[in-house]
Amino acid sequence: MKTDDLVAMLATGAAPAPRRAAGRRLALAVLAGVPLSFAILLTEYGVRRDLVQAMFWPMFWVKVLFPLCIAAAAFVAVQRLARPGVPVRRAWIGIAVPLLVVWVLAAMSWFNAPPEERMPLLMGESWRICAVSIGLMALPVFAAALVALRGLAPTRPALAGAAAGGLAGGVGAAVYALHCMELTAPFLAVWYVSGIAVPVVLGAVLGPRLLRW
Amino acid sequence: MSDAEAALRSLFLRGLAGDAAAYREFLQKLSAHLRAFLGKRLFGWPDEVEDLVQECLLAMHNQRHTYQSDQPLTAWVHAIARYKMIDLLRAKSAREALHDPLDDDLAVFAESAIDASDARRDIGGLLQTLPERQRLPIVHVKLEGLSVAETASLTGMSESAVKVGIHRGLKALAARLRSKTP
Repeated sequence: MKTDDLVAMLATGAAPAPRRAAGRRLALAVLAGVPLSFAILLTEYGVRRDLVQAMFWPMFWVKVLFPLCIAAAAFVAVQRLARPGVPVRRAWIGIAVPLLVVWVLAAMSWFNAPPEERMPLLMGESWRICAVSIGLMALPVFAAALVALRGLAPTRPALAGAAAGGLAGGVGAAVYALHCMELTAPFLAVWYVSGIAVPVVLGAVLGPRLLRW
Repeated sequence: MSDAEAALRSLFLRGLAGDAAAYREFLQKLSAHLRAFLGKRLFGWPDEVEDLVQECLLAMHNQRHTYQSDQPLTAWVHAIARYKMIDLLRAKSAREALHDPLDDDLAVFAESAIDASDARRDIGGLLQTLPERQRLPIVHVKLEGLSVAETASLTGMSESAVKVGIHRGLKALAARLRSKTP
């Protein structure tokens, strides 16, 4: 087929294209994934019993909001990475700032604590299951975001996959925070961040394989 | 903003809104720009240029919903052309690592450039390999110019199945072009 014929074929009967498809489809992916994450939380884990009481503790809100901030910035990053030729710019900073804040809080609480209390601050009661659980909670949004990305056009698939992982990991960690009893900054700085890193790494590995177009 | 950017962008935006004539003019002008852009960068493989022009056009058509009007069109087009070119070069280097390099030297007079502007891969032929539910909607709507409703009554498919068939068929064509890189 000659190029002119191809042009004619593509133009014939071309319907109007959907607008702002990247943002809309990724938002749909989040909307589809979050209820599933909650379903995993409620069936496999359960909400912490003192949830209402916990809402009066600042550290509880740090635990919920820092992953949500990461998720929001990762959303901006991934919807930009899904469109050819759009630079990511400040969204990277939006991902880095909540991380830095939690790490600074963690360092402060670590060095203010007497040496024998430091390891309990870091390990808490549940370090073994934290990262894996966050990864599990992240799975629905992660899968939905990859499906959405397959219908878009990421030209840097590893980065796009990683950003989708950051979005899913942030959402997963915020949902898991409703179950988790830990309230120390060192615990968040290591185990929550590791949990968020699980889908990020997975996305960076799967991106080049799944997101070709 | 360059003149070409402004002219192409306004045609493209009209095309995105459903103006087929503007969209056709856009694709025509775009293909000339792509030919020059890729020709300059693939001077070692003149035969690949037209194939890649077609692959880029199909990709840009399939991904046109990822363009937003707040973005320079040049950046969008360049990013897609570059992505497709790197894809081709990567496939080539993987393949040519297996070749005896002497083959290419001996073949120096084997081909002439007269029909260099013909694509070597035939999209029309690839179209025949698509399943019927994708091929028929493309043939009737995109090649014969029937409406979606006419195609639906002709083939017995529902109108939405016709639209989905076109959409998926063009995506499948793009995927086949990619795997058939010579």
